[in-house]
Amino acid sequence: MNIVVVVRQVPDLIEPLEIVPSGDALDLDAASFILNESDDHALEQALLLKEAGGGSVTVVALDFGDVDNTLYTAVAKGADRIVKIACDGDTPPAPRDSAAVYAEAIKPLEAELVLVGVQAHDELDGGLSPFLAAALELPYVGVIRGVKADDAPGTVAACKEFPGAVMARMSVKLPAVLGILGADQPPRYVPVSRIRGAMKTAQFEESAATLAAGELLLSVSRLYPPAPATRAEMLSGSEEEIAGRIAEILAEKGLVK
Amino acid sequence: MSDQDVLVLAEARGDALADVTFELLAAGRELARATGGQVLAVVLGPNGAAHAPALAAADRIIAVDDPQLAEYSPEPFASALREVVEAEQPRAVLTASTSIGWDVAPLLAARLDAPLATGCQAIRPDGDGLLVTASFCGGKMLAECRVAASPAILMMLPGSYRPTDETGKGELEQRKPAAPLEPGAIAFEQWIYPEAGDVDITQQDVLVAVGRGIQQQDNVELAEELAQALGGAVCASRPVVDQGWLPATRQVGKSGMIVKPKLYLALGVSGAPEHQEGMKGAELIIAVNTDPKAPIFDVAHYGAEVDMLDLMPALSEAIAARKG
Repeated sequence: MNIVVVVRQVPDLIEPLEIVPSGDALDLDAASFILNESDDHALEQALLLKEAGGGSVTVVALDFGDVDNTLYTAVAKGADRIVKIACDGDTPPAPRDSAAVYAEAIKPLEAELVLVGVQAHDELDGGLSPFLAAALELPYVGVIRGVKADDAPGTVAACKEFPGAVMARMSVKLPAVLGILGADQPPRYVPVSRIRGAMKTAQFEESAATLAAGELLLSVSRLYPPAPATRAEMLSGSEEEIAGRIAEILAEKGLVK
Repeated sequence: MSDQDVLVLAEARGDALADVTFELLAAGRELARATGGQVLAVVLGPNGAAHAPALAAADRIIAVDDPQLAEYSPEPFASALREVVEAEQPRAVLTASTSIGWDVAPLLAARLDAPLATGCQAIRPDGDGLLVTASFCGGKMLAECRVAASPAILMMLPGSYRPTDETGKGELEQRKPAAPLEPGAIAFEQWIYPEAGDVDITQQDVLVAVGRGIQQQDNVELAEELAQALGGAVCASRPVVDQGWLPATRQVGKSGMIVKPKLYLALGVSGAPEHQEGMKGAELIIAVNTDPKAPIFDVAHYGAEVDMLDLMPALSEAIAARKG
């Protein structure tokens, strides 16, 4: 199966988020970037499908942030091809605008299956994956946790997650785009030595796709951190003192007898 | 029909409507009051009309039936909703940030070339457009956005509006699509339910929840020891389940379980809106996180800014000492 995976860089939420002086955007110069978590799962799912049934995995990304390292890591994990799309400016485009450029880059790859993380935490105007499906004119289903080759040729079985740990098994005729929430198994660890090896041997392919900003349908006027509605009463002291205070609170409420 | 109407996509789960539907209706009523429009509830599927009494907050209830809507599949659902939206021309379409909403809302927006906003917590009119307050970056940031065009497709964050007692006209209209719906390339096959035998976390009085702060699978044992000392069970936020360290039956949140224990001890859980959705009904929430800005502290009653890995053994010991 010829699988294409889209990977994106997102601000690392472990680090503090800063806002530009105009107040309407994140200060990306002050942010550190990591691979979008559900994209990491999309890559893992693609590699699992390749290992189970053969084929190839091509990873496509906008040339933004620390994408080179992400793409080399993908090769070290087992990806066959890595494609970069030039991205002018310091700010990556919104999902809706970027869907068209990803589609332009992906079309020549003749993918049977396109996997994208179902959500990136810095998106405000919807997930990339359904807009990409629309741009590619391919069917779409998202919130997928696990994909397997189906008995019927040209189809895969995808598990769509619903509340209460309930899944719906969906039969997907290919080609299609799937929005991945989680892979059948956690993203694999790859030793640094293999990533270094990939850096020496892997070749980027540059996509000629170009970004054209679409009509502005959603404009951000202000960003701000949420004010807590009710803030927790904070306990202070050493770990032992805090543990003692928690035990006391639980005893007061009859939760420790 | 008015271009000031607010259309709400009602989600049915089995014989009942999803709780979030009633929040959407409350949001719809508030917005419609400001725009001077009506609230339209759309319910897709064979038993849509049966949900009409529960959708009394709407002025009009549009129940659409077609054989392809018997079980969820993205293409028929998106097509059926699109037909209603094109016929009614509402100012806004409200869907929930659910498994179905994450398919249908962007597909609808793409096909209508309509604006889409996700993570919406509040909406109000702003001239011809709408002003939306939306949560992103795992709940660490809010954005005020202006949506200029209609219909605005808005994915509402569960918990943003309280269900309302207000009622509308409640007029039921049963429809069929103009042409039978096509099944599309993606077809529902079967429901897969969690295997019985694991702990039912929805029935526990005490839950020890672990998040990313647990760092590695071996540390789950520390949480198990603490849960045992407290007479409860261990549950987790999504990243821990994604790592395969705990089964999906232990996941709390939007795509997991909704729990309301007497004690929810959140350890190393950041408290993204999706997680809060599943646990904020707990009677007592104690949160432990090294990040003082973690959103979990906004819903917790007590908090401590320490490393969960250091606290867990100390707390197990303190509980054991209390028990004598």
